[in-house]
Amino acid sequence: MTSELVESLFLPRLGTEQLRAGEDSGMAGDRALSIDSFTVTPQDFPGGDIGWLAVCGTVNDLAMVGARPAGLAAAFVLEEGLAGDDLARWADSMGHACREAGTELVAADTKVVERGAADRAFVTTAGVGVIPKGVRISAALAAPGDTVLVSGPVGDHGATILSLREGLGLDADLKSDAAPLVEPVAALLRACEVHTLRDPTRGGLAQTLNEVAAASRCRIELDEAAIPVRPGVRAVCDLVGIDPLEMACEGRFLAVLPKGHQRRAMEVLASQPLCRSAAVIGRVGEGPGDVVLRTRAGARRLLAMPLGEHLPRIC
Amino acid sequence: MCLAVPMKIVQMDGPEATVELPGVRKRVRMDLVEGASVGDYALIHAGYAITVMPEEEALETLSYLREMADGL
Amino acid sequence: MGSDPPGRTGELSAELGRTITVMEVCGTHTVSIHRSGLDRLLPPEVRLLSGPGCPVCVTPTDYIDRAMAMAFRHGVRLYTFGDLLKVPGSRESLADARARGAEVDVVASPEDALRLASSRGGPSAFLAVGFETTAPTIAAALLQARDQGVDLAALCAMKLIPPAMEAVLEAPGTRVDAFLCPGHVAVITGLEPFRRISKEYGVPCVVGGFEPPEIVRALERILQMLLDEEPGAESAYPAAAAGGNPAARRMMDRALVPCDTEWRGLGIIPESGLCLADELAEMDAARRWPVEVPPAEDDPACLCGEVLTGSAEPPDCPLFGERCTPRSPVGPCMVSSEGSCAAWFKYGGRGLD
Repeated sequence: MTSELVESLFLPRLGTEQLRAGEDSGMAGDRALSIDSFTVTPQDFPGGDIGWLAVCGTVNDLAMVGARPAGLAAAFVLEEGLAGDDLARWADSMGHACREAGTELVAADTKVVERGAADRAFVTTAGVGVIPKGVRISAALAAPGDTVLVSGPVGDHGATILSLREGLGLDADLKSDAAPLVEPVAALLRACEVHTLRDPTRGGLAQTLNEVAAASRCRIELDEAAIPVRPGVRAVCDLVGIDPLEMACEGRFLAVLPKGHQRRAMEVLASQPLCRSAAVIGRVGEGPGDVVLRTRAGARRLLAMPLGEHLPRIC
Repeated sequence: MCLAVPMKIVQMDGPEATVELPGVRKRVRMDLVEGASVGDYALIHAGYAITVMPEEEALETLSYLREMADGL
Repeated sequence: MGSDPPGRTGELSAELGRTITVMEVCGTHTVSIHRSGLDRLLPPEVRLLSGPGCPVCVTPTDYIDRAMAMAFRHGVRLYTFGDLLKVPGSRESLADARARGAEVDVVASPEDALRLASSRGGPSAFLAVGFETTAPTIAAALLQARDQGVDLAALCAMKLIPPAMEAVLEAPGTRVDAFLCPGHVAVITGLEPFRRISKEYGVPCVVGGFEPPEIVRALERILQMLLDEEPGAESAYPAAAAGGNPAARRMMDRALVPCDTEWRGLGIIPESGLCLADELAEMDAARRWPVEVPPAEDDPACLCGEVLTGSAEPPDCPLFGERCTPRSPVGPCMVSSEGSCAAWFKYGGRGLD
């Protein structure tokens, strides 16, 4: 529903070239600028909380256009009666995430609304970043012949939240992968030419790569067996009948870069703590702006843009 | 319709049991099966075990589990 | 690299020397086949067709309307599997109704419905939809509700697979040479109902598992039976024993009885549904909260009936991909993520380029 709203309501009224391009961050003068709201429930989950996520989400959106964060602003809408301990914990997490990302909160605002008007807390963060000279990253720059890498196993965040939210009664080793990607991205950009960076959040890898294929007007071919998925995530997905390729990540990125830089890129990622399970998962070819998956069974079929909300299936 | 996943029984407790796959654990109902033991594999559908098989048979014949074992 | 057909399907099909149509009657098989692209790897002489094995697809619109009417007019809280939430009734879906204030909770197990109904109290009804795999779980939960004095009613629309298979074989214009039988239904029923069909109609019925290699194994057995001219019923899925699960069937028999029921796209099939046994009659939501709803009406252009019986394929329908898409489904085959039309749309049909 959210991207339909952007398209049907906002773009006609507010649409600029940049909004239409739909990159993870826009440019304000020579600075990258990004904003995101965090409404995750539950607000506390294995691997993080809404505070941690609010910082990671925005610094990662900046990283996806190659920018290092220069400062963040945060706005909180808090439900009346929210426990001070919860808020303190989330604030601590934000601080911790900022330090990990090498940035700080330079402006903040809080509003309290009456009980029921917000689900405990909504957090919005905006970030400003600096793109190193000569770096140009865009979803529209993926080119035939490029290789596609993922920085680690997919679906951890989505599977964790889904299993908690739907009360699936699973105790798992499962935890969110939410993490700031500033360092691995910077290391990659220093060592290689990179065309596209995207973090597969809502809609997972399937949505993100469809967006890239459409923006670059190419066909992305993926190898199902090469895409890393943790056993716990696979188990949750099998139990609820959802594809791990549609599950959100909050601490992974996809990189599209010239084939000649693939080996160097994999070396750089292997040396990054967050990217030890990075993998080459596909390549870019000529095509109509779609994504094709070579399945484990050996056939090729479409990997379509996901439809929307995930409901646990039993059927 | 009929998503059912094979999971290993790790604990049994009257009409319920705890079942597991690498990284995931779940409580399920055992009202529909008889003669299950800890260590067996139960096929879980909609929160119930619908059949049970001994581990060796499960690992040998359920290619799904082999694939999981070969995975990450 | 041109891939050889998987396993022995190429060699067996060549030996058979004619095109055959194998129908799979389980939505989970439909998804597994399309998701893995297995249908594109098989020899072209082995045609796979999806049948009416998707319980959401075959649930008539008036069931959804009835459930929503109970919620709005009688304040009944509805517990449902996620699969039903987005199915359109004649005007809206349960998800839409929930947005307008109806109390609708998605559960992954009938036992969750029992637990929640027990802790919350108040009038509540479980939307009992599913085949023989799910019916025993619903039976167990309802019997438990009765024994524990929990006020949980059930709006029944459970169905049986074998009568639908027979309806397909009897339908004019269908040409089905064999069935790939549903693995988890067979875990419950055993082979007996498939033996009867195989004997009466002379078609191989092989129970298959859900991973591509297991489906291939089942298809190999089907091809061999056709070659030997010895159709029969067999399980190629180790989890489905010939005798099925008698304890689960006993649970079903205690709570449920066969009844005539309507299948969307197929009409009324006698003795093809499961309704509450007399001893659970007071749990029947339809009886407890009788509501008047308009009779179910399908769009006249919709070809779901033909798709469900295998006499048409999704792209044959004029609405497919145009007026009827997963986002705005018209007919049942597009409604469920396991429906033939939804699978075709999502995974790109028979070919890519």
